[in-house]
Amino acid sequence: MTATDTKVNSGKNVKEFISKIVHNQLFIPLAALLLLVLFNLIADPSFFKIALEPSSEGNLILSGNLISIIDNASELAILAIGMTLVTSASGGQDISVGSAIAIAGSVVLRIVKVYSTDISNGQFFGVIVFSFILCAVVAALFGAFNGALVAYFKIQPMVATLILFTAGRSIAAWINNNDNISINDTRFAYFGNFIPGIPVPTPVFITAICLVVIALVLKFTNLRLYSQAVGINSSSSRLNGINPKTIKLLTFIILGVCVAVCGFIKVSRTSSITYSVIANNIEMDAILAVALGGNNLGGGKFNMTASVLGAYVIQFLTTTLYKFKVSSSAISAYKAVVVILLIIMSAPVVRKWINDMKNKRQAAKASSQVGKENI
Amino acid sequence: MDKGAVLEMRGICKYFPGVRALEKVDFTLREGEIHALMGENGAGKSTLIKVLTGVYPMDGGEVTLSGSPVHIKSPQDAQNTGIATVYQEITLCPNLTVAENMYIGRTSGPLTNWKKMNNSAGKLLEELGIPVSPTEQLGNCSIAVQQMVAIARAVDMDCKVLILDEPTSSLDEQEVQKLFNLMRDLKSKGVGIIFVTHFLEQVYEVCDRITVLRDGKLVGEYIIEDLPRVQLVSKMLGKDFDDMADIKSDSAAESIDLNGTPVYQAINLSGTTGIKPFDFEIHKGEVNGFTGLLGSGRSESVRAIFGADRVTGGQVKINGKTVKIRKPLDAMKHGISYLPEDRKLDGIVGDLSVRDNIILALQVMKGFFRPFSRAQAEKFADEYIKLLNIKTASSDTPIKSLSGGNQQKVILARWLLADPVYLILDEPTRGIDVGTKVEIQKLVLKLAAEGKSVTFISSEIDEMIRTCSRLVVMRDGKVVGELKGDDLNQNKIMATIAGGESK
Repeated sequence: MTATDTKVNSGKNVKEFISKIVHNQLFIPLAALLLLVLFNLIADPSFFKIALEPSSEGNLILSGNLISIIDNASELAILAIGMTLVTSASGGQDISVGSAIAIAGSVVLRIVKVYSTDISNGQFFGVIVFSFILCAVVAALFGAFNGALVAYFKIQPMVATLILFTAGRSIAAWINNNDNISINDTRFAYFGNFIPGIPVPTPVFITAICLVVIALVLKFTNLRLYSQAVGINSSSSRLNGINPKTIKLLTFIILGVCVAVCGFIKVSRTSSITYSVIANNIEMDAILAVALGGNNLGGGKFNMTASVLGAYVIQFLTTTLYKFKVSSSAISAYKAVVVILLIIMSAPVVRKWINDMKNKRQAAKASSQVGKENI
Repeated sequence: MDKGAVLEMRGICKYFPGVRALEKVDFTLREGEIHALMGENGAGKSTLIKVLTGVYPMDGGEVTLSGSPVHIKSPQDAQNTGIATVYQEITLCPNLTVAENMYIGRTSGPLTNWKKMNNSAGKLLEELGIPVSPTEQLGNCSIAVQQMVAIARAVDMDCKVLILDEPTSSLDEQEVQKLFNLMRDLKSKGVGIIFVTHFLEQVYEVCDRITVLRDGKLVGEYIIEDLPRVQLVSKMLGKDFDDMADIKSDSAAESIDLNGTPVYQAINLSGTTGIKPFDFEIHKGEVNGFTGLLGSGRSESVRAIFGADRVTGGQVKINGKTVKIRKPLDAMKHGISYLPEDRKLDGIVGDLSVRDNIILALQVMKGFFRPFSRAQAEKFADEYIKLLNIKTASSDTPIKSLSGGNQQKVILARWLLADPVYLILDEPTRGIDVGTKVEIQKLVLKLAAEGKSVTFISSEIDEMIRTCSRLVVMRDGKVVGELKGDDLNQNKIMATIAGGESK
């Protein structure tokens, strides 16, 4: 083999490698993330500064934009897990997650408020565990309610979850008799902020646990295969022995558990709850995360990593906009512009168009070569 | 230019990623002729049609319509230039009415005169003898009627070129005759018809000319009288044809112990899908079949056996032991496999890879909490891709990008992998090429020889005669007869299906 041959081959390999990356589903969210990073690097490198400083309570904690992005994206990343599964199996989205987070948070506060006065660390830990389990059960039940409407009554997911979307915040307020609860025990704030002595925000650890759990579930069960099969062709899945209704219900219940974790983090962040504001519009960001990950919102195949990355991209974008002093009322508009670009880039039509262009060029090349041979 | 040529295609090329679907294909259609486009699955017939109708842009070549070059960019474009198409898969909207479907995309201006539309639709349907009201919702009609509505739509568009892509695969004999009359009618009016089908008899019944494609290349164009059937088949396959009549020679039909306990036995099995309660049994190593016209209940019967639809009564015994089969998983756990009639709707999981499609049934039987390792799945997939000679780029390829015959093989692989004792194949040979048809029939007999029991259903009676040793004949949801031995011949079967005298 001559040197030129090798060169040609390696050139081809590089080309193949690049096309492989570009066609990977992770490409869009990763590219978006990279663009955001580059933009910030050029505009203001101090954006990435991370400092270890004492907090108001005197603990050493990490601070900086990156930390706040990773911290604040926690709820979204956890929701994206459940939303991806629901999307895959049912071909629709749950728009009630924001309201359901209010309910879950309300349940936690109610329990903690009643039992948390003047108790030892051990007892407090017990109360926290109990409140979390209860809120997980409640959120899973509401998830099951949504899931049952979708799976058994065949109502479109968005319509089915509209019910809880509308009613959820009232239910949340009703759980605490519409009181403005706030928890004075500082230990409760550990879960949404920092545990003394640990410089990394606690939600980051909680998210990591959730991601590991879902990774294990996807590895050691057939959840991926089943929900994809049901989402792509429910009739054929049924004839292969899968019960599509059970699978759809299951994904909604899993989303319910994700909601519970988010609700717990949310109320711990502020040690209080405002029923009409907590997790407002988070459902749209969660759906967006799934879409940004290049997942088909019509159901079927999904890429969990891409969805979770999508969640971080959204938070990165939000933080960047805040950083550049975009007023909070205008932030949605800016976000929309970026989102439109990303969504169009990842749209199957556009990808197909790009592919077609490439094929055409190849064909032209092939035919011109044939022409030369004829001469 | 050929004299009287209404459509000429020259040097058509079409590439898909990694595949040359069409390589310099020529095709000529003359005025007032019925021209068969033949080839195995994946030969490029459907691609050629889709290029012609603007579904795919072509990557090279030119199209001339009535002498002037045309550039067709979209299906709408094709319609406007006088090329009408009826596709293999029904592409109408099931949620609209029959009349709406016939006129969709063809009304001028923003307003629609519903009454006029329904009236003219009704008139045309009556003319063509299609038994459906124009205001009926299309989704409620049988597949056959839907297909005929699609043809009516095409006919009404005053087309110069009418393309029929596998229009007969879901029609019964009478409906096919009606369609043929219609085709001859149009032919006499000077319409050029491109007819794509897998049914050789039908080609020789109505066509004037045949163009054969193989592997995306043109094999040749022939006048029908010059090309006997055997030669056509060998041209399509590109090799000398295995005589299909030989298939059954090594069958061990005689050695089946019909007096022993049946592998599967149903007594008074009934369901909600409009079939009368029926008895049925199958023995080890036996191949039997359900036959009857479209809608006679043959598919519904096997679906009841598999528990695919709700079963309302009856008793089921597996090897003499009474069992309950209420849902597909029950049947699967008792060693029953079912390859459904509608491959696209009930068989494939389109976006999933060939590998996932192959392991699906076995995986479900193994259980939700016990997924196969990637390596294991890979091994299964590779084994069956090799065994059944499935043509796919890799086991990672989505099944929907395979040709029909190869998709069917994947589904077959899925159920073979599940290692059933009793295998139900409902129309496994529909819409696939001759070569694969023969392969599947051989496979059925091989499985039987290995001791499996098989129920085989096909619209083509000779396939049934070749493979089955016993036929259950159905009419209007009822079992009306059972034929075996010397009774297994075309005449006797036809007579039993039709009912009456020859009993």
